[in-house]
Amino acid sequence: MSIQVKNIHKQFGDFTALDDISLDFPSGELVALLGPSGCGKTTLLRIIAGLEQADAGQVLLDGEDASSTHVRERQVGFVFQHYALFKHMTVFDNVAFGMRMKPRGQRPSEAKIRDKVHELLKLVQLDWLADRFPSQLSGGQRQRIALARALAVEPRVLLLDEPFGALDAKVRKELRRWLRKLHDELHITSIFVTHDQEEALEVADRVVLMDHGKVEQIGTPEEVYRHPATPFVYGFLGSVNLFHGRVDGESVRVGDDTLAHQTSDLAHGAEVVAFARPHELDIDTDPASTAGIAARINRILAFGVTARVELDGINGSTGQHFEVEITRQRVLDLGLTDGQDVRLVPSRLKVFEKDGATG
Amino acid sequence: MAGATSMHLGSDHASRFESKAATRETPLVKWTILALALGFFAIFLLMPLIAVFVEALRKGWETYVSALVDPDALSAIKLTLLAAAISVPLNLVFGVAAAWAIAKFEFRGKQILITLIDLPFSVSPVIAGLVFVLIFGAQGWFGPWLSEHDIKIVFAVPGIVLATVFVTFPFIARELIPLMQAQGREEEEAAVVLGARGWQVFWHVTLPNIKWGLMYGVILTNARAMGEFGAVSVVSGHIRGQTNTLPLHVEILYNEYMFSAAFAVASLLALLALVTLVIKNWVEHQAARSYRETQESAS
Repeated sequence: MSIQVKNIHKQFGDFTALDDISLDFPSGELVALLGPSGCGKTTLLRIIAGLEQADAGQVLLDGEDASSTHVRERQVGFVFQHYALFKHMTVFDNVAFGMRMKPRGQRPSEAKIRDKVHELLKLVQLDWLADRFPSQLSGGQRQRIALARALAVEPRVLLLDEPFGALDAKVRKELRRWLRKLHDELHITSIFVTHDQEEALEVADRVVLMDHGKVEQIGTPEEVYRHPATPFVYGFLGSVNLFHGRVDGESVRVGDDTLAHQTSDLAHGAEVVAFARPHELDIDTDPASTAGIAARINRILAFGVTARVELDGINGSTGQHFEVEITRQRVLDLGLTDGQDVRLVPSRLKVFEKDGATG
Repeated sequence: MAGATSMHLGSDHASRFESKAATRETPLVKWTILALALGFFAIFLLMPLIAVFVEALRKGWETYVSALVDPDALSAIKLTLLAAAISVPLNLVFGVAAAWAIAKFEFRGKQILITLIDLPFSVSPVIAGLVFVLIFGAQGWFGPWLSEHDIKIVFAVPGIVLATVFVTFPFIARELIPLMQAQGREEEEAAVVLGARGWQVFWHVTLPNIKWGLMYGVILTNARAMGEFGAVSVVSGHIRGQTNTLPLHVEILYNEYMFSAAFAVASLLALLALVTLVIKNWVEHQAARSYRETQESAS
């Protein structure tokens, strides 16, 4: 089932949680709502579920306006960050809850419920835990049970609010992969909220980036990572090096240094911020060279195949820190040492005009 | 008050503290503190309790039993049970409704409501009784209207029930509010999303989560309802065989120098208190257990 939200606005006192949000969630996709905490992503999810009421705007489920439909009639499955399992019920009773609460006419027989519960528990690979109580389960198991419980009422959409937020790193990774696999089997329209960019990029078909109650960018993980539309998106998806400067023809002047750029539509003299990812910077040790930014090596961390070099800016960019990712071999070839003065040359540079312009 | 869940948690820690030489106090300090505490306990708590039973049985079993089966005593027992039987269910409903509203919803005047719920605790019971006399008494606001329609509230059973309901009002709400606030709304939201109706959510999710706290509140309410003296004394009028509750009956007997009978009836109230304590302990134990499970499931 498709979900659309149109011009959603939500205010909490003086705080604008959502500012005129319009989004399309096509049928069968797994979409991530990604953003820092307080960006409004959870509020949007709760409005779609009906647990929160928007001040203005519409939620369309399957093209029908659901704004006045009660939560229990929306047929959504909701998974909470802290599981929200019923503590006093066994795993079996938790999963069976939705079916048992149905009006007498629609309620399946106990035998049917039992079959369905076991089918769902098998789906989440926890059939052997049916008689346990939630307190006897690990965090990862609990979240899988919560998912089985949400699926028991055959929801038309699945909404997950930071589903892995309360779990430790290893379990998170496992469950991520598992959720993706489950979605590929069920093809149920799903939205999940996360503040973890790695999680969003790894699991989702599409990513919606949000900040301060606004949508910053929508796209496939590849698109948003490779072609960030705004400085916020660039900064949020992975680590970055940042240069403040002024456009000077074909290059950006940063203090006394210059960086070549490939962006064509920049006005001469415009104040800009330029971004480069750590792996998009190379180190030049030639003292005669004038290209790139002057920096001094602070620390070299070379554990694996790639080495991370941390540098401090000198000349025009004093006080700034840079991070470069190159192969370990290259560190050895260049003979880099702590305290050495080098120049940083970006192989790829993304330039944004300052002051709100999103170019 | 809000303690059913906070006890029984520190005992492991305490014994560990004691068993280690590094953290142990000197014997002198230890025994002084113990002696003080136990001495206080013996003089102020244990001695009166023993005195009640000793005095009650001083003139033998026959006097004891005859004091209890006296028609006036029996009618006092009946009235006390009736007052409790009405005020406990009433305050159960009020308390759950008030706690639910305060813990789960945001609305204007919430703080005022919380303060109002506490009013019966902060007002002297005598004043509480007087208020009802002033409202429903012969010279009170509704006095003329009530006497026209031949309805008696003050100096009659309805007045006693009203006063009892008033003084026991805060117990259940006060016990449930922190408990429900700590539990939050998530489980209920989960139930609603799964299609449960309001009543189903309450019955299947909310109630099981608060049952031990609720039980604790009911026990306290019941104990207070049966033992209340001040407020009831003002509205009762002390009509023997009609508007005397157990505590009032004890006072009358005592004032008439029938000490053995007074203590006999008092021993009934003391027994009730002991039974209440036993049940209360058991409930606390259960509550602590379910609280621990909650903690585990939250971690």
